[in-house]
Amino acid sequence: MPGYILKRLLQAIPTLWIVITLSFFLMHLAPGGPFDGERQLPPEIEANLLATYHLDEPVWKQYLIYMGNLLQGDLGPSFKYKDFSVTELVAQGFPVSLELGLWAIGLALLIGLPLGVIAALKRNSTVDYLVMGAALAGVAIPNFVIAPLLALVFGVFLAWLPVGGWNDGQWQNLVLPVVALSIQQIAYIARMMRASMIEVLGSHFIRTARAKGLTEAEVIWRHALRPAMLPVVSYLGPAVAGIITGSVVIEQIFGIPGIGRYFVQAALNRDYTLVMGTVVFYGALIVLLNLLVDLTYSALDPQIRHDD
Amino acid sequence: MTTDTAVSTPDLAGDSLAREAWRRLRQNQAATLSLVLLALTTLACVIGPWLTPWGLDEVDWNAFLTAPSLADGHYAGTDANGRDLLTRVLHGGRVSLSVALVATLVSLLIGVLYGAVAGFLGGRVDNLMMRFVDIMYSLPFMFLVILLMVVFGRNILLIYAAIGAVEWLDMSRIVRGQVLALKRREFVEAAHALGVRGHKIVTRHLIPNAIGPVIVYVTLTVPKVILLESFLSFLGLGVQEPLTSWGVLISEGKDMMETAPWMLLVPSVFLALTLLCLNFLGDGLRDALDPKTR
Amino acid sequence: MQQPLLEFDRLRVDFSLPGGTVTAVRDISFTVHEGETLALVGESGSGKSVSSTAAMGLLPDLARPSGAIRWHGGEGDEDLLTVAPGRLRRLRGNEISMIFQEPMTSLNPLHRVGRQIVEVLAKHTSLRGQAARARALELLEQVGIPEPARRIDSYPHELSGGQRQRVMIAMALACEPKLLIADEPTTALDVTVQAQILTLLEDLKQRYGMAILFITHDLGIVRHFADRVCVMRQGELVESGETAALFAAPRHDYTRMLIDAEPRGRKAPVAEDAPLLLEARDLRVRFPLGKRLFRPMEVFEAVRGIDLSIRRGQTVGIVGESGSGKSTLGRALLRLLESQGDIRFDDTALDGLDSTAMRPLRSRMQVVFQDPFGSLSPRMTVGEIIGEGLRVHAPALGRRERDARVQEALRDVALDPAMRRRYPHEFSGGQRQRIAIARALVLKPEFLLLDEPTSALDRSVQATVIALLRDLQARHGLTYLFISHDLAVVRALADSVVVMKDGAVIEQGDTETLFQAPREAYTRELMRAAFLDGEAA
Repeated sequence: MPGYILKRLLQAIPTLWIVITLSFFLMHLAPGGPFDGERQLPPEIEANLLATYHLDEPVWKQYLIYMGNLLQGDLGPSFKYKDFSVTELVAQGFPVSLELGLWAIGLALLIGLPLGVIAALKRNSTVDYLVMGAALAGVAIPNFVIAPLLALVFGVFLAWLPVGGWNDGQWQNLVLPVVALSIQQIAYIARMMRASMIEVLGSHFIRTARAKGLTEAEVIWRHALRPAMLPVVSYLGPAVAGIITGSVVIEQIFGIPGIGRYFVQAALNRDYTLVMGTVVFYGALIVLLNLLVDLTYSALDPQIRHDD
Repeated sequence: MTTDTAVSTPDLAGDSLAREAWRRLRQNQAATLSLVLLALTTLACVIGPWLTPWGLDEVDWNAFLTAPSLADGHYAGTDANGRDLLTRVLHGGRVSLSVALVATLVSLLIGVLYGAVAGFLGGRVDNLMMRFVDIMYSLPFMFLVILLMVVFGRNILLIYAAIGAVEWLDMSRIVRGQVLALKRREFVEAAHALGVRGHKIVTRHLIPNAIGPVIVYVTLTVPKVILLESFLSFLGLGVQEPLTSWGVLISEGKDMMETAPWMLLVPSVFLALTLLCLNFLGDGLRDALDPKTR
Repeated sequence: MQQPLLEFDRLRVDFSLPGGTVTAVRDISFTVHEGETLALVGESGSGKSVSSTAAMGLLPDLARPSGAIRWHGGEGDEDLLTVAPGRLRRLRGNEISMIFQEPMTSLNPLHRVGRQIVEVLAKHTSLRGQAARARALELLEQVGIPEPARRIDSYPHELSGGQRQRVMIAMALACEPKLLIADEPTTALDVTVQAQILTLLEDLKQRYGMAILFITHDLGIVRHFADRVCVMRQGELVESGETAALFAAPRHDYTRMLIDAEPRGRKAPVAEDAPLLLEARDLRVRFPLGKRLFRPMEVFEAVRGIDLSIRRGQTVGIVGESGSGKSTLGRALLRLLESQGDIRFDDTALDGLDSTAMRPLRSRMQVVFQDPFGSLSPRMTVGEIIGEGLRVHAPALGRRERDARVQEALRDVALDPAMRRRYPHEFSGGQRQRIAIARALVLKPEFLLLDEPTSALDRSVQATVIALLRDLQARHGLTYLFISHDLAVVRALADSVVVMKDGAVIEQGDTETLFQAPREAYTRELMRAAFLDGEAA
């Protein structure tokens, strides 16, 4: 197992390298420099600025400098938030985004899995149709539609919860963004769990379990649940990516000071280093989380072999 | 079939799988309703803007932020600049649907070509090509698209291309899987044994048999593409003035939701309904084409 | 006669489907007695599996059973259809247990083998912990799992199909049941493994004194294994009786037909000096297993240097178990796979010919595959499928002439030519196989590769296809290479036989000589497994 982990870590490196290199050269394909937008700078100041940021060097040298800094955890300076480095901004926003994301994925599993199981066990009943109809709607309707609607209903009309803000993660401020962020994943997970549960319940080893004289509860709990959850586990990679992507718009809508909001602001302001720093950070995060998901999966399924 | 011999009577002609699938689809009420609604929405977006009395940017100086009403002809109300919301939603629909069409075609083209080549060649080439797809899968694509938009500016052609370039991965996997499975099927081997030429095997045996899952997947790609476009537009990174799209309109509506909730609700309903219908249709198609029910 | 144990009393099973009610079992009555082996025989769709599943209470939700299934193993008579669910669960796996057709998928893939056996013990006995594990180990030993102490902690995927079926048996016997229901327990296994499993069941039956309800389609097994037989057809019980008596004097037409469907007769030999049609020298087929860094490319040799010659009008049978390379050999001979070694067809050397040079020869050598469902493109009409070869090899034919040839081919295989405008999914397995034969015949070939053409078919259908193949050979002077794992079929059809194992020829020779006096131990084992030893020729 440790060898397998090491191997997967090594495999993650080229992926990360591609993300970084791709983003770096894309940025340098951009027409115009980072300081073009502002009022005309005196030439000596601009030269000075360019030199501070190594922008006067040839591209390959800039690339090496960037990679060198990156290895030390330095994502470079932000062009717009002049007093902060990108690393500092990411470090500031990440705990907020992480809290939001963890709640969302937790809620998605906590609600999605049981819903899927219930729908599968009550197959073709009214409960099933209701759950699956709602799930299809949840899959189809984007979170940036749901989020403002939630804010409108619970924040404006009913005034139960704040329409936005973070307030150091008070639960009142968490509820709406977490719900908005997780609805789509709840729906996906419920659909997937139902389908996989139905498939497992129809499989031969469940028939064997029943033939042993086990009660239906024992059959489901001991034999059906774990195999049925395997597809959901392997979906967690895309789910996490979806939640990270979703957090960008949810943070924007609810005014939450996470990385997502910095990212959008940076994208709108053309703060190249910040955009790129965030992309690299997200890339690393997604690659790492995918690795984690794979490891979880292989721990759950003995049929996955680790020797190659 | 006009010169048939006496033995063949019309009622002996069999039912092709496509015709059976179509019949099954029509029995699915949700899918049929979705198909009708989608057709109506598309029609409305294509010809609607010519029928409404207002232009996309035309300002009605008598109506700023008015609620929907039948009396003044602003059936979906107006925005803060006195522009007719229904007209704007229909125009936005044109953009969203055109993105859906073009980007899906782009993803279809890349995905089918890539997947078919990998599956057909097989072996090490296939291995390498699929390893590449695996790597692409683990990239934070949404962010790379945003990066592209930041770097090259918000250009609708770029949106078409970028979204298409993101969505081809699944398609290539599906097509490859189909081709690999079909290649091993005995009827393809039988065709080889008959001496049928390679390109005829592809056109006569592989494509007709692989097309079902591809159609289903295309139906499910369209809502994803619309979603991506409106996501970008919502963030202000997609289409920009004077063009509009459902994502832009929802974003504008969100800012005004406390005073003018219709500005949020109308485009949201259009977007959500379209996505819902496409998903229902995709599910229905999958059930209708499911090989297990054969 | 012993005490009755399980009594089916006018059992009827209806399935309520969206299209209406389908009756799978129609009022069948029979009794399994203590300690006996009762075989329930029938072809697919006869309702034999549904009946046994009903006794276990494992019918799908859509099923509506009626009548009664009486269990005499407990105190008083209980009707298993109406007994309380809790009581039924106490019987299942304890008094009545069951093994299934699908050894590969019948064990939970995520649990260790030992745990799955212990689970039954924990459910029905007072054994716990180490005691239960010790009993599980003992059971694994009894069912002949090698190295049981190690295997007890294996996962199912680490075991072979035969071993998995042994684990299933161990699980079923854990509580020393009075009745074992075995639903086609050997059908998915190779013949030699099948023989081992049957021997094991026979031994264990003696040891535990249990009764076995054996569900099968295979009369060979029934004849050697069962005390009594019940024959089912389309949900009805057509005949039952003592095995020997029933085989000697079947009363019902259907039973007689089933018994007669066992391939019989021998092929008339061809003249000694008939010219060679197909010849192969030192034929090898290799598959790359994939390259790993810093290691030489690993190669799997599926066919290892085989010599073969077939005379005009002959049928050569190739027999072997799965993985023996027999199908690979057939495909290589038709140049559907890359191979090394010489292949001569008539006067032409095939090896080294590219696909263009092969094309004109293809009309002379055709193929029929095993899977009647996979071998016809589902999106083409039967007419298009049969006519496709004509488009390649007789492009000058007009549409109407081609249609005439297609109709002729359909008549040749005894199908109504009017069916040519239908699609394959509208036909039964036997009909599809006829269509596949028509597709080959329309080109008027000289040589036909038959790759397990009857294995996927029921015995009675199989008999008609074999009769058709014989008739076609006689009428058109065809030469066959007949690949099969079924020794009885090969014996009835072939002039000479090649026995293959692991890609090499074990033994080959004239059919009668080989069957009468097999030289190699492996051949003898195959024959014993196929129950051909005691059968009158």
